Amino acid sequence: MSPIFGKLTWSAIPFQEPIPLITSIVVILALAAVGLWITKAKAWSFLWNEYITSTDHKKIGIMYIVLGFVMLVRGFADAIMMRAHQYFAVGQGQGYLTPEHYDQIFSAHGVIMIFFVAMPLVIGFMNFVVPLQLGVRDVAFPTLNNVSFWLTASGALLVNLSLFVGEFARTGWLAFPPLSEKAFSPGVGVDYYLVALQISGVGTTLTAVNFITTILKIRAPGMSYLRMPVFCWTSLASNLIMIAAFPVLTATLAMLMLDRYLGFHFFTNDGGGNSMLYMNLIWVWGHPEVYILVLPAFGIYSEIASTFSGKPLFGYRSMVFATLAICILSYTVWLHHFFTMGAGADVNAVFGIASMMIGIPTGVKMFNWLFTMYGGRVRFTVPMHYLIGFMLLFVGGGLTGVLLAIPPVDFVVHNSLFLVAHFHHVIIPGVVFAILAGYTYWFPKAFGFTLDERLGKAAFWCWFVGFNLAFMPSYLLGFWGGTRRMQHISDPSWKPWLGIELIGAFVIALGVALLAWQLIYSIRTRDRRRDVTGDPWDGRTLEWLTLSPPPHYNFAVLPDVHGEEAYWHRKQRAIEREELIPEPDYQPIEMPLNTPTGVIVAFFASLCGFAIIWYIWWLAMVGLVGAFAVLVWYAWRDEHEHIIPVEEVRENARERRRIRMENLHQLSQST
Amino acid sequence: MSAISETPTVGLTHAGSEDTGLGHRGPESKSIVVPYGFWLFVLSDMILFSALFATYASLVHATDGGPTTNQLFDRSLVAIETIALLVSSFVCGLAMIAAKRGNMLWTQGWLLVTGLLGFVFLSIELYEFASMIGEGAGPQRSAFLSAFFTLVGCHGAHVTAGLLWIGTMMAQIWAKGFRPHIMRRLLCLSVFWHALDIIWVAIFTIVYLIGTLP
Repeated sequence: MSPIFGKLTWSAIPFQEPIPLITSIVVILALAAVGLWITKAKAWSFLWNEYITSTDHKKIGIMYIVLGFVMLVRGFADAIMMRAHQYFAVGQGQGYLTPEHYDQIFSAHGVIMIFFVAMPLVIGFMNFVVPLQLGVRDVAFPTLNNVSFWLTASGALLVNLSLFVGEFARTGWLAFPPLSEKAFSPGVGVDYYLVALQISGVGTTLTAVNFITTILKIRAPGMSYLRMPVFCWTSLASNLIMIAAFPVLTATLAMLMLDRYLGFHFFTNDGGGNSMLYMNLIWVWGHPEVYILVLPAFGIYSEIASTFSGKPLFGYRSMVFATLAICILSYTVWLHHFFTMGAGADVNAVFGIASMMIGIPTGVKMFNWLFTMYGGRVRFTVPMHYLIGFMLLFVGGGLTGVLLAIPPVDFVVHNSLFLVAHFHHVIIPGVVFAILAGYTYWFPKAFGFTLDERLGKAAFWCWFVGFNLAFMPSYLLGFWGGTRRMQHISDPSWKPWLGIELIGAFVIALGVALLAWQLIYSIRTRDRRRDVTGDPWDGRTLEWLTLSPPPHYNFAVLPDVHGEEAYWHRKQRAIEREELIPEPDYQPIEMPLNTPTGVIVAFFASLCGFAIIWYIWWLAMVGLVGAFAVLVWYAWRDEHEHIIPVEEVRENARERRRIRMENLHQLSQST
Repeated sequence: MSAISETPTVGLTHAGSEDTGLGHRGPESKSIVVPYGFWLFVLSDMILFSALFATYASLVHATDGGPTTNQLFDRSLVAIETIALLVSSFVCGLAMIAAKRGNMLWTQGWLLVTGLLGFVFLSIELYEFASMIGEGAGPQRSAFLSAFFTLVGCHGAHVTAGLLWIGTMMAQIWAKGFRPHIMRRLLCLSVFWHALDIIWVAIFTIVYLIGTLP
């Protein structure tokens, strides 16, 4: 091993394998084209000042969401490759992917979709929405927020880098030992996996610290706990799970790293190691992770159900209690991921019953959404389509989950395609649909114009139909004995079903394309879809009180909250009396300064991570020392905030009041 | 329904309400928000350690024919270690009192003593590690020893980070004096240092005390 380059040699570049090589070249060309386009538009300084170094929670949220959607395309490309390969790898056919390559693709697909698609998207929405809904100006720790984002991006960068330099793990998305140990996976694939997740995991833990502090300590006056919108509650629950779960992931992956790098014996076959310990630890993180993703999604659905039914959310308090019940129960069920471990009938029974119990608060939520719609004036907008589609599908996915929670059934379908169908059945309608609904719902708040409804509905139908085609046959295949992660399928009678699944994947691909086209089309026609009032959907929560897009400081004065649905009551009162509240006394506002700390720390973290993967120890030291030096440099600053002068605040606020007054006259004339 | 009015509240970086600390009368002041956030971070750290404790507990008998706890641990050495760390926590408290009084000399002095005691602790730990590895009882020997070195070593790594932080804080106080944000940082540092004590007490009990029972 070279002291300068470690394990890194030219053979790390996949010159012999056309698929990764061509992908690499295409990606590099695309990046170069984007870079050139930004240079041509002279937008680098805009990007640097307005986004990359921004401490504004809205900008950071947008960056998270962009990262999530970009990675969705990557993860989805993996999915299409797998489905296409499966169709051609039946009976005599051998498909076009080697086992080594296929294994990397399904591992990368899972890792990317959970860690770098679902997580950034969910955290992105929390970033954008929570401070606005709480009626405040930013999160508790704005700079830390920026650091968290860039650490997540650093992890995503390393996962993508594994495509061009070296390889990715062939172990599945949770890298179970002993397969992931050095003896059976000697390459750098698992190391890429471990390092990327460690770096992004630190970012996620810091996000949790930030958001729990924000929600518990930084709210508008009068915003008591039981006046918070449900999305804030679900975000709080999600962050509580994050802070209790992600440190376990960090510890577990650290132990696997010690096994691989220093010859420890935590999970090895020899030396007294115990690989089932890894299963327990990783699922102590892994099962709560499911709820980290789905709880904020439930929050998004709650906001949408209430807004587009024109009614307060049915059973607000029961929704809050159901959320917290799920938050706690999520910690009591991890063992159902390995009933086959052989812990005995009693243990399995306890965990099986605990798993089924989660169905109860979830059922409460389902009925709450239904009763919110019942008797309401329902507007069938795009987000509402996703909500109804979700309710139809998620009940099915939940029921197959209850089926899997019965240990004897689980013994039969453990690690089968039935399981694969189940978790896609809950995660796509549960999380992905919610993200697409939230994206449509809050897009006008972020950019000041709405997205095209027609294309949005077309995209929804593609997702809905495509999902059913792509995953329902897997339930059958699972019952017939199909195990997951098979590179070759010997039974030729399965081919038609795999064909249906491939068609489903293409229908979803069409949905993705329609979403892209919807964005482009909506940007082009933005002038006739402007949201001038800041309240395009007749909303009920505080984010609709301010302009679209909101000023950096969100609110000229923090709104005073009296009761649930803070904005709705205020709006109704204004309509009733045909007047706004008296003009308040504006004050200058202090806002946090931009800082490049996050992006520089993440740069050194990426450097250090890459060095560890390739055993380049001097570079790893450079990365560590660099990151520490940047933090000290940041701690030495004297200027923390800049002051927005009162004239600017007043001018913006008066403009907003003028628009709202105009709108009020129109409203009162129409009724 | 009471009259709706807009309370002019300044940005969240100004002094906010401190009356209840619950945040329902508007954003809390930084003197509440910052330590609260840091407590949460400490909580996440505790959870990390709890995973390591659980691992140790399930692997403590997986010695693979190698040395067991009774053959390896020396109570008297650990006692000195423990005293050094606990006293350093007390001294850290003295440094906080001196800082609150704005006494530069005593603050720096007590912080230095805190750091030195931490250094003594760390040196004994490293000596213990080195002698164990010398006897062929390194972390590669068995799953039990892997778990032991990781749990205790992770605490040691935290102490090292704390020493780095103490040094940085000393330089910062020297350069900038007792400004409010520096005082908040000092408070976080002392929370961190005390938390390491709590974890050490658990290590002392679960690893060394139970491990040396006859």
